[in-house]
Amino acid sequence: MDDRKPLILVIGYGNPGRLDDGLGPALAKAVEDWNLPQVHVDISYQLSVEDSHAASVHDFVIFVDAAVSGTDEFHFRELSPEVSMSHTSHHLDPASVLGLAHALFNSNCRGYELGIRGYAFNDFGEKLSVGAGENLQAALAFLKPLLNEGMSQLDQSSETLTSKRL
Amino acid sequence: MVAPVEPKKIVIEPVTRIEGHGKVTILLDEERKVKQARLHIAEFRGFERYVHGRPFWEMPVLVQRLCGICPVSHHLCAAKAMDKVVGVDELTPTAEKVRRLMHYGQMFQSHALHFFHLCSPDLLFGFDADPAIRNVIGVAKEYKDLAVQGVMMRKYGQEIIRITAGKKIHGTGAIPGGVNKNVSIEDRDFLLKDIDQMLEWARGALKIAKDYSVEHLEAVKVFGSFDSNHLCLVRDDGAMDLYHGNLRAIDKDGNKIIDQVEPKDYLEHIKEEVKPWSYMKFPFITKLGPEEGWYRVGPLARLNACDFIDTPEAEAARKEFVALTDGKPNNFTLAYHWARMIETLHSIEVIQQLLNDPDLQGEDLVLKGERRPEGIAILEAPRGSLFHHYEVNENDQVTRCNLIVSTTNNNTPMNRAVERVAKDHLQGKEEITEGLLNHVEVAIRAYDPCLSCATHALGQMPLVIELMDANGELLARREKDV
Repeated sequence: MDDRKPLILVIGYGNPGRLDDGLGPALAKAVEDWNLPQVHVDISYQLSVEDSHAASVHDFVIFVDAAVSGTDEFHFRELSPEVSMSHTSHHLDPASVLGLAHALFNSNCRGYELGIRGYAFNDFGEKLSVGAGENLQAALAFLKPLLNEGMSQLDQSSETLTSKRL
Repeated sequence: MVAPVEPKKIVIEPVTRIEGHGKVTILLDEERKVKQARLHIAEFRGFERYVHGRPFWEMPVLVQRLCGICPVSHHLCAAKAMDKVVGVDELTPTAEKVRRLMHYGQMFQSHALHFFHLCSPDLLFGFDADPAIRNVIGVAKEYKDLAVQGVMMRKYGQEIIRITAGKKIHGTGAIPGGVNKNVSIEDRDFLLKDIDQMLEWARGALKIAKDYSVEHLEAVKVFGSFDSNHLCLVRDDGAMDLYHGNLRAIDKDGNKIIDQVEPKDYLEHIKEEVKPWSYMKFPFITKLGPEEGWYRVGPLARLNACDFIDTPEAEAARKEFVALTDGKPNNFTLAYHWARMIETLHSIEVIQQLLNDPDLQGEDLVLKGERRPEGIAILEAPRGSLFHHYEVNENDQVTRCNLIVSTTNNNTPMNRAVERVAKDHLQGKEEITEGLLNHVEVAIRAYDPCLSCATHALGQMPLVIELMDANGELLARREKDV
């Protein structure tokens, strides 16, 4: 184990023009404003193959998206790298981005999914719903110490963490 | 004569937040033969209302939120329409070339992504191969260099977008009447250092697509294929031009139906039909009517309808392409892949020309003219012709917006392709086999439809196939990617 601090990439993705679908970009923007050393931030509409290259040069990647279901404010879980293929869209899921980073670029980066519960999606608009805004704050409060400490608090398990259990 | 029996019920699930929900319904007749196959796409039409009342200058940024796949196409098409609104018919050389660089960068990355990530598994492994292998991870294992090329080509195109549009998403580069920044020497040199590599990889990808088509010609000829009209923009001398031009449509034999129709006159020549079973409209050429006037758009249509390509390597490739069908339009659905790779090579040739053009560093960025109440523009997006039409009141607010996106233009052709595949592969069976599912996927994928416009989130991107008898009773259902 080397002594260097781990490099962390936070990718917030979603469409900010579709209400709570903008949760991922909103979190990413907030993290960007923290200006944390060793933490890089990217914002996208959706994940794509080139994200695997960006992921491959980091130690940890946190994929942040809106979650369409669930009773918790957010969930946070480690991902297993894999690749699944959608029938048409260019969209990739986080585990597939991780899988490609490992397969194509010989990376050992670890990936996590941070899904923030949203409620309003079926319209155009650039505001988060009240509930989604509250969930965003909860997710940020959870994430900040993790990033500050270089993810060192995380154990080796892939257990899902939710706001109710933190 | 047996009266046509309509299905009792066709369920199109209400528009959820997932736009990428593709559903195929296959209807059988009384003799259990395929009567019709329909591809349902839950297109969200609310966007046109959403922009009402917004200032016109916001449009190039706002409309990007329509689509997560090709925001640059919407950005540029809206900017072109707003050029008209601010009374500008011709941009400064710098503005024109910066926009073209952005557009061809978008084309390059989009085509590369489609080819390597979605299409190459079908071509490299064969589309009857086990889906567990026939995917991008299979390519990564067996053809790792190729998979890496795909990622890096996509990344290169994204860098062009970042440099010309300002950022990867919600770019602001194109504004009414021009652009808000030029390309610096530093950025130009950053892009030029990899241009030879990109050209080489584009040539390699074209070879794969061409070799597949030639080596499997008999299968390519019949798979999901049908005769059709073809529509796209062409330059005034008939050359392929993906950024600007006038409309041309040809029939299945290459005869011109319309030619050199200016975008502002599109409503005189194109209409959209509404069908009760689909959220997506069905555009057609007015004078031929909805039954005969539907058309294909996208790479295949563009290769068929243009007279030539003005970059040397792509033109040589085009000549090989048209020779396959003795100069007549190529109506093979799977030929989209070959055509797409010719455009990829063309795009990187254009990018190279533009990067070596000192106009990119010019300072004359924006023009202004006399305000007009309407702006109409057409652009050749990666998937085909994209129409933007706006009306603006005296308070600078948008009062009307009509968009015809590429996937909508290809609505009827995609339905035809799925129907052809269903007829060829179902053949009296009343079950949806893995093979049928795969073939339907391959047929849809050839058109590179943008089913995931606008939103996604952690969730599903399913393809659902339902098989129904003549009475509309569900016989079988199968889902993928749920």
